[in-house]
Amino acid sequence: MSPLAVEVWRGDAQGAFQSFEVPRHPSQTVLDVVTYIQRSLDATLAYRFACRVGMCGSCAMSVNGVPRWTCRTHVDKVARENKLLIAPLRNLPVIRDLVTDMREFFDKWAQAKGRFEGDKTRNDDCARVSPDSADRKKADAGIECIGCGVCYSACEVVAWNPDYLGPAALNRAWTLVKDERDGARIERLRAVAGDAGCHACHTHMSCTERCPMQISPTAGIAGLKREVAKAALRGKL
Amino acid sequence: MNAQKETLLWVAQRASAAVLAVCVLVHLVTIIYAVRAGLSAAEILGRTRGNLAWLVFYALFVVAVAVHAPIGLRSVLGEWARWRGKSRDVALLLFSFLLLTMGMRAVLVVFA
Repeated sequence: MSPLAVEVWRGDAQGAFQSFEVPRHPSQTVLDVVTYIQRSLDATLAYRFACRVGMCGSCAMSVNGVPRWTCRTHVDKVARENKLLIAPLRNLPVIRDLVTDMREFFDKWAQAKGRFEGDKTRNDDCARVSPDSADRKKADAGIECIGCGVCYSACEVVAWNPDYLGPAALNRAWTLVKDERDGARIERLRAVAGDAGCHACHTHMSCTERCPMQISPTAGIAGLKREVAKAALRGKL
Repeated sequence: MNAQKETLLWVAQRASAAVLAVCVLVHLVTIIYAVRAGLSAAEILGRTRGNLAWLVFYALFVVAVAVHAPIGLRSVLGEWARWRGKSRDVALLLFSFLLLTMGMRAVLVVFA
């Protein structure tokens, strides 16, 4: 196998791409490539990873222009003419090299009221949610998000409107709206309505196309639009 | 603008889109049918003058346009020109009024 020609972003927003030559191996992942560069070629390269098995959501980067979880992305699948262009995730401030500042991404989860608000006490009986209920199935479809930021990076609306909450935060809100134990439904619908919320979505479906967990934030956002509209028409928003 | 108002604008745009989908289709089919053998201004006026059904249909069409277009333009201005806030809404209210006035004027002139 001939070596891989890799261009890696260096610096912050004002940086530039640096070229490296990396040996090829069978079943090599993009994270393997970045790790090789950092351990064998240039120890100053900054990047994030933790679990290496697609659970933690920390290693997402832009690979040949597409946001991906690098630990589960095989070089075979994405290299074009034996070349890789590796950059930090789009739509987030770059701290250094491949490391982005994820604060605004997670702050928006909080703005979308992405925290479960129970309305029972320890003295109440346990809620019994049937796995077959329609709401439970809808929540299940969105609940496996690992918070990697791939959808946020893929979203054009985030690029146009920096206040837009983004697919991940809205998907999280949707799973809570469909959680019958949650007690903050109206507050959450209010938080996700409007120009910075679900109504800003253009249904381009880039988030759905790119989500490594095969979640469809677009479907959740469409659901939020319906629920918010119903609440507004009843004057409850 | 608060969540309630933003959401009602969205609902208004969706509802007006549903009206427009029907209106545009009827409008296009009518044009193609009416002019298949050539048509003069006198013939058009002969059919539209005093025709109440025609008046109601096109008045509804104009109202739907005046509701739909400014709300869509509002998003375009916000996202592409980064123009948000009260000045944008006032400008679009004037634009809506302009569409309504011009449209209704045309409808009434062809009816009366």
